[in-house]
Amino acid sequence: MDWSFYAQELVPALNQGLVKTILLIIPSASIGLLMGIVVGTLRAYGHPLLRKLGDGYAGLFRGTPLVVQLFVLYFGLPNLGIYLEPYTAAVVGFILCTSAYQSEYIRGGLLSIRRGQLLATQALGFSRIQSMLWIILPQAVRRALPGCSNEIVYLIKYSSLAYIITFIELTGEGKILATKYFRFTEVFLAIGLYYLIMVTVADFGLKKLEKRLYIPGFGKG
Amino acid sequence: MTITENGPVLRAENISKVLGGKQILKGVSFTLKKGELKVLIGPSGGGKSTLLQCINFLIPPDEGQIYLDGEEIHIHRKRDLYAYRQKVGMIFQDFNLFDHLNALENVSIALRKVKKIARKEALERAMIELERVGIGDKANLYPAQLSGGQKQRVSIARALAMDPEVMLLDEPTSALDPELIGEVLAVIRNLAQDGMTMIMATHQIGFIRTLADNILFMQEGEIIEQGPPSELLMAGNATRVQQFCAKMNELYEEPEI
Amino acid sequence: MPEAFLVIKESFPYLLEGAGVTAAAVVGAMFFGLIIGVVLAVLQVYGPRPLGRLAGLYIWFFRGVPVLVLLFLFYFGLFSLIGVNLSAFTSVILVLGMTTGAYQSQIYRGAIESLPYGQLKAARALGMSDWTAIKNIILPQALRLSIPGFSNEYSIILKDSALAFVLGTSEIMARTHFVASRTYQHLPLYVTAGILYFILTWLGVKALRKLEDRVRIPGYSHHQG
Ligand SMILES: Nc1ncnc2c1ncn2[C@@H]1O[C@H](COP(=O)(O)OP(=O)(O)OP(=O)(O)O)[C@@H](O)[C@H]1O
Ligand SMILES: [Mg+2]
Repeated sequence: MDWSFYAQELVPALNQGLVKTILLIIPSASIGLLMGIVVGTLRAYGHPLLRKLGDGYAGLFRGTPLVVQLFVLYFGLPNLGIYLEPYTAAVVGFILCTSAYQSEYIRGGLLSIRRGQLLATQALGFSRIQSMLWIILPQAVRRALPGCSNEIVYLIKYSSLAYIITFIELTGEGKILATKYFRFTEVFLAIGLYYLIMVTVADFGLKKLEKRLYIPGFGKG
Repeated sequence: MTITENGPVLRAENISKVLGGKQILKGVSFTLKKGELKVLIGPSGGGKSTLLQCINFLIPPDEGQIYLDGEEIHIHRKRDLYAYRQKVGMIFQDFNLFDHLNALENVSIALRKVKKIARKEALERAMIELERVGIGDKANLYPAQLSGGQKQRVSIARALAMDPEVMLLDEPTSALDPELIGEVLAVIRNLAQDGMTMIMATHQIGFIRTLADNILFMQEGEIIEQGPPSELLMAGNATRVQQFCAKMNELYEEPEI
Repeated sequence: MPEAFLVIKESFPYLLEGAGVTAAAVVGAMFFGLIIGVVLAVLQVYGPRPLGRLAGLYIWFFRGVPVLVLLFLFYFGLFSLIGVNLSAFTSVILVLGMTTGAYQSQIYRGAIESLPYGQLKAARALGMSDWTAIKNIILPQALRLSIPGFSNEYSIILKDSALAFVLGTSEIMARTHFVASRTYQHLPLYVTAGILYFILTWLGVKALRKLEDRVRIPGYSHHQG
């Protein structure tokens, strides 16, 4: 094995790509989750019209491939005179898509809360906001958490699609190198390893969070 | 209006409610004097739960007025409504403990977030209430780890912590296994003896006989009989209450309290 | 706009053919994944410890690496490394199949573990070997319970199949991209592609729901049982 290829070519290139990938994931995951919470809450409790709109939004983005959405943003919008940078197109696409999935989990979490919980807060004199903040959301978030975590893991992996719309991140850097040196197996295994580490770390952190929020017997039945 | 020692604490006048196109309550009125325990009985579907939930506006009545200490309650003023509900405790048939909070937090959450009492003080007060209902040792357990009787006692402690002037109890023992009914009734009996003002829907005839000051018999949305148990339950009196209770007695055996 | 309309009208049969290719790839991948998933699930629940571990490692790998990277890795790398020369289409089926196999195994495992333990005990008491019991008693119940999860996986793999165009498979995306790069009608064409995926999702989910009804056991409600 020639170590210089790894030390001088592969690892530096992949590290550079990794930084770009993280720059994609962090804003997409956090804004996507926030937007998912807003959309999910609207879909559960909103005005019927907003509810319909939210359902339509979620159905649209969950029903079509993310690549198609990215292509519409990056190649399609110029037809309307709107030009997006690859990075912007990627982040916007990721946010729109991931928030549609997150909204589904949040909505499910909210709707699974028994009516009696709300009645009891009212009987104690909670205002709507107080009851949402201290009773309903803490329960809904716990129920939605496994789904939301899973979606974050998916997003980490799908961030690789940014490469297809020419934003050169981890997968892109690797692809360039692999083609140049004709070393596909080792380069793509190395890229795979980078993603595996990211996913495993994220999984670990999210599992830890789930454990910290664990409540005996909660969510069963 | 001045409040004398035995003046009415709570007064409901002419409460009417239509639900699902059906007149569930047809102008119901009653008063609760300080320290009084009134019991609501009657056949299933008669409107007892609806009436109790109208009193604290969980179900807003279509018509009628409610007075607490002589003041009429207006529900369109949200602040007044929330303040009123803090003074009226409610106990549900199915407990409705907050599933994500342990017993102590269930009792203290409204103190902290609604009454804005400091955390330490709220927890101390919550502990006192849990001990009062005999489950101080269960403070750190979550609802899923408690028996039905223990859950109901936590829910009573949760209501008591708010220092209510009146308590509404909607069949607090009907979701319980027979062997657990006694422990909850004992807590309610202590409350009655300490002078808590209460209105309670229940089918526990023995309890009514010994502790109720007054019985309201409700059927098809109306109170059709009322009076002290000594009158309504006396054998030989051909009252509706008497008939109803005789039937209940055949169906259920009651634990001693 | 009229020009866009014309382009779509003319290229529609061509795109529809692509939808056929997409459907074929997805159906192939789902079946391949079904086999892998069942084997992995059975190994994890009933298999000897080391094999269960190995299954876990497989799942960890395929859950953690992006489909795009897997496609590159297998098509350009591993497949030719082991000396097989596979078409892009076959490679896509294999890669998507291996990926969904990892996810499907988790669905089947959950279903198997949710069955009451008495089922296996009763089968053993009748003298069945473990394998006979798993095949005839456990899996028929577990697979029925898994249909909703399978349906979910189908819609995920269908969308993932859109990545196959990076290998040059002539499915929906590749064809759309091809027409778009000649006519510059990107927006209307990708919207059309989106609609085709939407319809394929809907058809598959509907078919699987029919299947679920067809194989439902009268009065069998898992959650109350
Ligand atoms: N939201 C609603 N919409 C329509 N009808 C309702 C609604 N809530 C209650 N009802 C009806 O109102 C009637 C009275 O119900 P309520 O629960 O007050 O009776 P109850 O006396 O408490 O009976 P039980 O002893 O069974 O608890 C019932 O016929 C019930 O079906
Ligand atoms: Mg009732």
